[in-house]
Parts: sequence; structure tokens; C-alpha cells
Amino acid sequence: MNVKQKNLKAWFKSGTPWVWMTGGGVSIAVIMTLGLLAVIAVRGLGHFWPADVLEAEYRVPGQAAKLIAGELVQAEEVPRARLAASGLPVDAAGGEFMTRELLKVGNREVFGADFNWVVGEWLHESHTPEQLMVLERREWGNFYGYLLGVKEGGKPVAEGDAAWAELQARIQRVDELHAQIARLEKKDIGRINAGLERLRLQTRRLELEGRLDAAAQADLDAERAQWDAEYKVLESQLIDLQQQFNRDSIMVKTVDGRELELSLGKVVRAYQPNGMGTFDKLGFYFAKLWEFVSDEPREANTEGGIFPAIFGTVMMTLIMAVIVTPFGVLAAIYLREYAKQGLLTRIIRIAVNNLAGVPAIVYGVFGLGFFVYVLGGSIDRLFFPEAAPAPTFGTPGLLWASLTLAILAVPVVIVATEEGLARIPRALREGSLALGATKAETLWKVVLPMASPAMMTGLILAVARAAGEVAPLMLVGVVKLAPSLPVDGNYPYLHLDQKIMHLGFHIYDVGFQSPNVEAARPLVYATALLLVLVIALLNLSAVYIRNQLREKYKALDH
Amino acid sequence: MNDLANETMTSSLKTQRLDFNTPALQRKRRMRALKDRLAHWYVSIGGLAVLGAITLIFFYLASVVIPLFGGASLEAHDAQQPAWLAQQEQPLLLAIEEQNQVAMRLDRRGQVQFFDLQSGAALNSVNVALPAGSQVISVAEDQPGSRRVALGLSNGQVLVLQHNYKVSYPDNVKTIVAGIDYPFGAEPIALDPQGRALDKVGLSLNGSTLLLAASTGSELHVLGLEREENLFTGETSLSERRIALPQIADPIHALEIDPRHLWLYVFNGRATADVFDLRSNSLNGRYNLARDGDTEITAASPLLGGISLMVGDSKGGIAQWFMVRDQDGKAALTRIRDFQLGDSPVTQILAEERRKGFLALDAEGTLGIFHSTAHRTLLTERVAEGSAVAALSPRASRVLVESNGQLQRFVIDNPHPEVSWSALWNKVWYESYDEPKYVWQSTSANTDFEPKLSLAPLAFGTLKAAFYAMLLAAPLAICAAIYTAYFMAPAMRRKVKPVIELMEALPTVILGFFAGLFLAPYVEGHLPGIFSLLLLTPVGIILAAWLWSRLPESIRLRVPDGWEAALLIPVIIAVGALSLGMSGHLENWFFAGDMRLWLSNDLGIPFDQRNALVVGLAMGFAVIPNIYSIAEDAVFSVPKSLTLGSLALGATPWQTLTRVVILTASPGIFSALMIGMGRAVGETMIVLMATGNTPIMEMNIFEGLRTLAANVAVEMPESEVGGSHYRVLFLAALVLLTFTFVMNTLAELIRTRLRKKYASL
Repeated sequence: MNVKQKNLKAWFKSGTPWVWMTGGGVSIAVIMTLGLLAVIAVRGLGHFWPADVLEAEYRVPGQAAKLIAGELVQAEEVPRARLAASGLPVDAAGGEFMTRELLKVGNREVFGADFNWVVGEWLHESHTPEQLMVLERREWGNFYGYLLGVKEGGKPVAEGDAAWAELQARIQRVDELHAQIARLEKKDIGRINAGLERLRLQTRRLELEGRLDAAAQADLDAERAQWDAEYKVLESQLIDLQQQFNRDSIMVKTVDGRELELSLGKVVRAYQPNGMGTFDKLGFYFAKLWEFVSDEPREANTEGGIFPAIFGTVMMTLIMAVIVTPFGVLAAIYLREYAKQGLLTRIIRIAVNNLAGVPAIVYGVFGLGFFVYVLGGSIDRLFFPEAAPAPTFGTPGLLWASLTLAILAVPVVIVATEEGLARIPRALREGSLALGATKAETLWKVVLPMASPAMMTGLILAVARAAGEVAPLMLVGVVKLAPSLPVDGNYPYLHLDQKIMHLGFHIYDVGFQSPNVEAARPLVYATALLLVLVIALLNLSAVYIRNQLREKYKALDH
Repeated sequence: MNDLANETMTSSLKTQRLDFNTPALQRKRRMRALKDRLAHWYVSIGGLAVLGAITLIFFYLASVVIPLFGGASLEAHDAQQPAWLAQQEQPLLLAIEEQNQVAMRLDRRGQVQFFDLQSGAALNSVNVALPAGSQVISVAEDQPGSRRVALGLSNGQVLVLQHNYKVSYPDNVKTIVAGIDYPFGAEPIALDPQGRALDKVGLSLNGSTLLLAASTGSELHVLGLEREENLFTGETSLSERRIALPQIADPIHALEIDPRHLWLYVFNGRATADVFDLRSNSLNGRYNLARDGDTEITAASPLLGGISLMVGDSKGGIAQWFMVRDQDGKAALTRIRDFQLGDSPVTQILAEERRKGFLALDAEGTLGIFHSTAHRTLLTERVAEGSAVAALSPRASRVLVESNGQLQRFVIDNPHPEVSWSALWNKVWYESYDEPKYVWQSTSANTDFEPKLSLAPLAFGTLKAAFYAMLLAAPLAICAAIYTAYFMAPAMRRKVKPVIELMEALPTVILGFFAGLFLAPYVEGHLPGIFSLLLLTPVGIILAAWLWSRLPESIRLRVPDGWEAALLIPVIIAVGALSLGMSGHLENWFFAGDMRLWLSNDLGIPFDQRNALVVGLAMGFAVIPNIYSIAEDAVFSVPKSLTLGSLALGATPWQTLTRVVILTASPGIFSALMIGMGRAVGETMIVLMATGNTPIMEMNIFEGLRTLAANVAVEMPESEVGGSHYRVLFLAALVLLTFTFVMNTLAELIRTRLRKKYASL
């Protein structure tokens, strides 16, 4: 191929261009993969960086100029004609393109929407004032504007330059209070609620069994009274904390001059990105990143963190792994070691192989119909008659999600384990048997340890597949917002019947079902990045373990 | 298995030091043997159980689907001859109330007898206050479920009544009290001013307007009654309005009023229907309903919703008719479909109250259960000797038949009449549609809505999505596989393979979200760029190859063979940047600044943002690694002897590839494509997120689609457990399962065969 070609025709005839064309296939596939990962990584990681907030005068032709402030999210060149077609007062004359910029302007209670498309050419005197402040809030999204003063109980305590330091100190105080309130509500009051619910079910069960006599009723009432008394104490504490929490407020001004008073209880964080140095920004960046992986979601999942989704995914995958490993390995051992190798075994093997290619949604349908309605329904009738008509296990939940995924992933484990068993040299088995070991002993002491890398690989691949699968979970137990984690301090500690949040579903839900997709978009990218990382890590570790253990047992192969 | 336990280890050696047969060792051996056997059974049973659990999926899905296609069944209860029945005259009307406990019978003298459906025992009876000397001649019912009845009297008057059932729980026992109300007053309303007997009567209430129609011989009388309520006193008053319609000559057999008060259907003559437009009070047309010369119309009844008319004839045929608008907007009564009950005249047609099903009875006492839209005959069974009168319960679960002075009760089990093979896969002519269509519309807001469960648009959407995905994936993946297996340098192979494996491992939800949130708006804004990218990339690659071959050898020799793909990466990125960068200019030059507008205005091609093009790109991405890894395996394992032989005979590498390698590996490549297809067909999240999920049947690349899998994901959580919709969704899942399973198995068989072939070479 390296011989210089005489002419174009001969060059084509040699087939070289077609070789390059096939090479192009590889290049395109690689570019697509890496490009996708790059886009997700850049967009996902970029979200946490405190971008500069610009203030500018926006002059739409034929309208009064107004001051706007916001973060630049996206800018694109658009043909002039298209902007004109969308109804904007665009001059027909001028360059071929105009820039269209998406600004995050926040202040939803003032403007109605926190994103705004503007025409770049109409922005004038754009600058980034250092005093311009961003408030992250618990509701209504971000606020952009200037700080005027801080008030305590309605009385001003700081104004002007001193206000900023005062604000930071008070935000810290509010944060601590918020954590206390959350702890009180979730942990202590949650415990009481769980206790009361248990009591209600106990009463109902006694009633159903016809054993609810006066003595039992009195016992139950006494217990209920105890819970109620405890609740009274906590309630007064809570009211007290709430008052403390809402004590402070701040006076702020938007760039177009509107003055507002905001309760400090609503503010999560205040910063002035234009005045921050690189190190400040880095610190801020990592704080946000930590919040993302460790905190609970806010504002219909468009702000805050995704910890419950991470926890739910991990929990579900763990339970799935616990179920899938023994069963998958058992089936593989049966197929390879015990079953008579014949036509039937071959058919079974092909069938198991193909099940790995069956659409995941089919497993979801099966899970919903069989696990949830048939199995769960029977469990409810047998063991939880007192909760009826509210279903306990007869509704999608963690256990059914894990089981469905286990069925989905079991072919992966079977195939990988079988492959591992097939690789073990016959001589080793025969050696073991010749020394008098029984078949079971050979299996347990010789074959299985050698096949363990394959099992491990199968398990990791199964986990990777399960962690990324969403379609079946939408039917069998994943919700957009679970009120509590499936593990907590209330009996029975692990709540298998509870619905969970899931990273993959979170992406679908926030990206497509959210009322404010624009605000949620960066978070979706970040979540996607996390999911990709987890799955890439699992796959790579599968490969690594496979190679390591293969090396370890290589000596035995010969 | 072994027989350690029975063996005694003997040794012929004299100098025996170890005794292997001590009781302890024997016990140990027995234990080991036991353990071995236990392990055997444990693994066998456990393994088989797991495999069984997996196959359970298929059987469970099938078990949920099968009831869909089962017909109806009828369970007869003993006939009763209650004493009160003997004293009554011929029945005009029978009815059953909602709870299937009380039935009603109305006779010619205007006596309404309520009785227990189970035992036939008489309950209360009411005498309708008829004017002195008059008799009930004809009777008509309003919409199924309204329980409104019009009695046409012998003195030219009409009495409107309603039979009501009040449920109460005195002493915690459910009691139903039946009674008669007169919603338009107990005074009869005069329809024929001359006081002749009303042969036929019809009524319909729409809002506050009651329409009454009646006939005396061939003369037609129509009266509109407006009920007005005084807001202050709460009194109601009726205002009458006589509607004059063109008169016709033939004697009238039946009258039906459209519940929306648009049409009046008059059956007259031997087998004709005159349709009157009630908005313009004119004749819409005269239609011949007979199939052939000597049939006569013997029964007619509207279906639920009143749009369709079921017309039974003297030869046991039942036809569905409704008004269809043609292209000019003119409505005409059109024959939609035919059913056959038996050979005898159809005497009665009973419409179900909740579904578009109906029952029909003929002169010989044969009962048929049908469903109109699904075009299904679910059951035909003889229920009486000779002619009979029947009533259907509101839930269509009981039927009451009176014949020869006997009352007989039947229990109907008919859970899924609306689904049939033809309704699922063929075009169906739905009510209010101008022509037969494939429609998937499982739910709607109105109550008389009929679920339209055609799987055809979903299957079409599935194949469309798979087609566009394969259009991108197949050439790319096969090219990449051939290059990787045949031309690529091993060092590069080691780097490329993990990337493709990563590509395979990417969760589809990420691809779907990327396609829906990033790609779809981007493609919409850069349409010319995307298309020029598709065209320019091959050109760019060939150009790059040509330029490379022109470079001085000193440069070319620095890059060894098999690294072309690496060289192409910057080229392709440059081509991509160029075409996407040019996109706006192209749009300005050729499409007046907006290609999307140009497409829909100038070419008339509808454009959705989330369309098949985006799905093709995203799902193509998902499918590439599947096809790639199998095709690469097939090409790579072509025996070296073949290729080396070909090269030794003087063929160029490309000739060897096309004439030897690809031919040998083609079954493997084919099976790779099949597996890719299977994956594309079953993919859920990508299509769910990257398409608009509109169940349409258009091949247009710029429109959305809805696939079977996405449909299941969207609708499953909302469907009623055990209902027809639920089971149809299970059927969709079963179709997916079967399709992918067959595809994968075929692919696997092809590969096994290929492997054998390679081994023999």
C-alpha cells in the first residue's frame, strides 16, 4: 500500500480508498464515544463552577431599555431570518447571523421564569460588578441582585459594606438550624410516626383476629398516649426552632431597581462570583460538588444533591447482587458439571444466552405482573391483612426492583461462570478425582476457586448492567421522589417494601418530566456523568479482576 | 455418583500400617458420600429451578395474554315459572338493574312488575297511570343505561317514564327499592293530534331537550320538549316544539334518534332507512339496507354512544351502519361490517352499556354475543325454544330470557370482547372515522370512549426506529469491524477495543437523555449541517486518503500500516466542524434562513423536534458496539490459511477481503446484524426520550414514532390490572420477547454453524 500510486484510477483499483473508508468507521465510532463522554463531562462538571454574573442594558428596538443581570448559559449563532421569523423586531439589514444567548436571570418570583433568551447584539454596556450577589434559595430558584441590609426580627442590624459579613455569619446560623429541624423532623418525629403506624396496624390485626378486648385496647391506648406525649414535646421544640429559623431577613435590590425583603430561612448560600478569586472559586466548586453527591434534592429535583438516588441505586444493586450470585452460579454449575451434555442442554444454553438479549422492558412487565401483583398480592393477603386495602408488598418497591433486575442479570452470571468452568483443564478435575475426592469435593475445593475470577467478572458485569437499566424499574419500584431512604432507624430498619430513587430514573425524570427542564439540565448532565463513571468503573474493574485472576491461575493451565 | 460408602478399602500388603476401615474412617466416608449425593441433588434441583424461573417469564406472559382471545361463555340457570307471570300479558320490555338483583317487566296493560332476578319471586308492582281506555302499543328505550322508556299509547299519546332503583342499608342489609318516576310529568304527551295509535315510538334526551318521535302507519310525528327550570322557584316547565319533517309513503317499522340530535333514522318499507337531518329538518337520504333482494329488516338498535346502528335482517344477518362523511363533507349512512347469527330472523338486538358489544336474539331462540369494533362473534348458543324476549344487565354479566311463559337467567363471562387478532393488526373502521385506520389510543377523557388498540402503528414505529438506527449503525459497525479485524495494527486494536466496550456499557438512559435534550434541539438548529456531514464524511475520508498517498514517502513511512483510522480522527473532526459550521450559511443560501420552515412550508413535510432522525442517531450509537463485536469476531476468526493463500496468489488485501474474507464471514456478519436489529427493536429508554411518542404510521424521518417497548413503559403503570388494555400491553411485551428471542436464536445457530465450518477448514 505504501508504493506510490501512478494515477487515480489505479489507486482506486488497488482498494486503498476503501480500506480508508473502513478505517473511517472505527474513527467515527471512537469520536462518537469520546465526544459524548466529553460533552457530558464538560457540561456536568461545569455546572458547579461559579460563573460570572453580568449586568447589561438590554435594548430591544422599539422598546424601552432595561437593566438585566444573569449568568450566560449558552450562546449560538442564528441566521437573521430565523430570528425575524420568530417574531423579534430584527433589522433586515446587517450581518448574516445574530447571536442568541440564554441568560439565567433567576428571580422567578419577579420575572416568572428564571431563564431568558436574549439577542447578543442588543446587550450594551455589559460588565460584571463585584457587588452583584447570587443567592441560592430553598425555593424560587436563584436570586441575582445587590444586598442592601440585614434585619433581625424586622429591625436593621447591618447595612452597606458591613452587611455582607453579617449575612454570611447569619447564613451559617440558619444552616445549622435547618439541619437541626431536619434531624428533628426526619429522625425523632419519623420514629414517632413509625411507632403510631405500627400501633394502628397492631390494633387492626387484633381486631381482625377478634382478640381486641378491653385489656388490649387499654394497653394500646396507653402506648398511644405515650407516643402522643413525646410528640407534644418535640412539636414545641420544632415550633421554637422554626421561629428561630425565620428570625432574620435581608433587604435586597434587583438590578432593575426593585427592592425586596427575603427571609433568611429561604437562603442556602450567598456569594459574589464576580469578586471571587480562583481559589475562592475552587473552594466553592468543591463545596458544590460535595453538596451534589451528599445532599437531598430541592425544588422538584432541579437543585441540591442526588444522595437518595445514589443510595437507592446502590441498595438495589446490592440486594440484586446478593440474590443473583448464588442462583446464577448454581445454574451454571448444574449446566456445566451435572447436566447430561446433550441436545437439551445445548438448547438451554442457547436460550440462556439469548435471554441476555431480551429487551429489559419485558422483564419489567414480568416483574410488575408476577412479582408485584401475583407474589406481592399473595404476601399481603397472607401476612399483612391488617394493612389492607393499602398494599404493603403488593405495590412496586425495592424488593421487586431488585428481584426483577436479578432475573434480568442472571443470564449474564450464568454465561460468565459457565465460561470460567469450561476453561478449567480436565486434567485438574481428573487429578482430584484420582486422589479419591468426591465430585462435590472436587467442585468445592478445586473447580470453584479456579472459576472464581469468572464468577466475579460475571457478577460485576451483572451489577454494571443492573445499575444502568431504567426501563424495567419504571414499572417495579422507582419513583421520582422517595420520602425517606429504604434504610433508617425504625423497625425493621431495611424497608424492602419501600419505593426508591434511582440515578438512571432521576435522569429521565428530571430531564423529561420536570416542570423546569432548563434549570434541571445541568444537574441531569452531572447525574449522567456520575452514572457513566460508576458504570465505567465497574466495567473496568471487571476487566482488571478478570486479568489479575487469570494471571494467578495461568500457571495451572499448563 | 460414587459408591464410596459400600467400598471397603482392602490392601493386600502384608506390612499394613494404616487401617482404612476403622469405624471412624468408614463413618467419614459415608458422610462424604452423603455430602456428594446431597450436593448433586442440591445443584440439580437448584439449577433446574433457576432455569425454570427464567422460562417462567414466557409462560407467565402467555398466561396473561391468552384470556384475550378466549370467547365468551354462558352459564344457564334453571328456568322459573313464577305464579305471577301467568297472570301477565305479553312482555313489551324486560330490564335488569345495575346490581343484578332486581329485574323489571312491562306488559301491554302498562303494568310494571319488579321481581327478584335470582328466584323470580315477585317484588313490588306498579301500574302506570294510562289514560282511560288506552293501551300500550309500542315502547322505546333511550341510551343504554339511562333507564328512560317511552310508551306509545293507543290514543296517540306518549308517556315517558324511568325505572329507578334506590340502594339503602337499613340494619346493614343491602336493600334495593325499585320504583317508577315520570321525569316529564305523569301526564301523557300528545304526539298524534288525531289520536291514532302510535305503532312505533322513539325518544332521546340530550341535555335538557327531549325528542320524541312516533309513527302512525306511514306518518311521522316528531316533537321536541325543552325542560326549563325556574331559578327562583325551582319549578320546571316544558315548552313544546313540533318538528315537521318531509313525510314518506312506506309503513314505518322502527325509529331511532341519534343521541346528539343530529339524525333521525326511520326504518320503513321492506329494507330501507330514511335518514333525516334534524338540524335542517330535511331528508338526508334513503338507503337500502338489504344485502340481497329478499331480506327484510327485522330489528334495529343503536350501540353505546348512539353513533352506530345495528340492523338485523330476516336471514340472521346483522349489519353495523353509521354516518360517514365523504370528502365533500356530506354524511351518508354506510355499511361498516357484518355479523351472522343464524338463519332465522333477528328479533332483538341488545347493546351493552359500557362497551361497544351487543347481544342478538333470533326467532328460534338463538342468542349471539358480538363485539362491533373487534368484529368478533364471541358466542352463539340456543337459549330458548322459539321466539323470546331478553334483557341484558348494565354490566353485561347477566341476561334474562322470557319465552313460553318461563323466565331463565344466564350468567355471561365475557371479559375481553374488544380485542381480536384483526382489531390488533388490521385496519379498523372506528365510529366517527371517515375510513378504516390503524389507531392506537388507549385512553381518553370522555366516558363513551372506545379504546382503540391497534398494535400496528406501534409495531410500525418499532421497525421504523430500528430501520433508521440500522441505517446508521450497520455500515459503520461493519466497516469498523472489518477494519479492526483485518487491517488494524495490534497496538491500536488494544486501544480501540476498550473504547468500544465502554460504548457498549453506556446506559441507554444516558444516550436517550443526550438525544432528547442535546441532540434533538441541536439537529433542529443545524439540519443542513447534519446532512452535509453525512455526505461530506465519506468524501473527506477519500480525499484524505488520496492526499496521504501523494505525500512524500519520508512522511508516509513514519506511520505504519494499520494506523489509518488514527490518522482519520482529526480529518473527520475537521469535516464535522466544517459542515456544522457551514450549517447556518447553507441555511441562508438555500433555505431562506430556516430549513425547518422550508421543509414544512415548501415541501409539506411535517417536522417534529424529536424525530426518527434523532432516534436513528442515538439508537445507532447504542447498536454499533453490539454489531461490531460479533462481526469483528466473525471476520477475525476467518482461518489464516484462506487469506494467506489468496494473498500468495497475487490478490491485493482489498481483493482478498472482498472475495475471500467477507464471503466466508458473511453468515457471522449477518448474525451480527440480526442481533443488532433485536437490540434496536427492544430498546426502550432511547425511543422514550428521543421521540415524541406519537403512534403514527409515517415513514417520514422528520416525524416521531412510538415503539412497542416505549408504549409499554408509558402506559403499563396506569393500566387497570387484568383489563383488556393491561393484557394487550402484556401481548406487546410477549411480541417483543418472541421477536428478539427468535432473532437471537437464529443468529446464534448461524454462528454455531459458522464456527464449525471454520474448525473444519
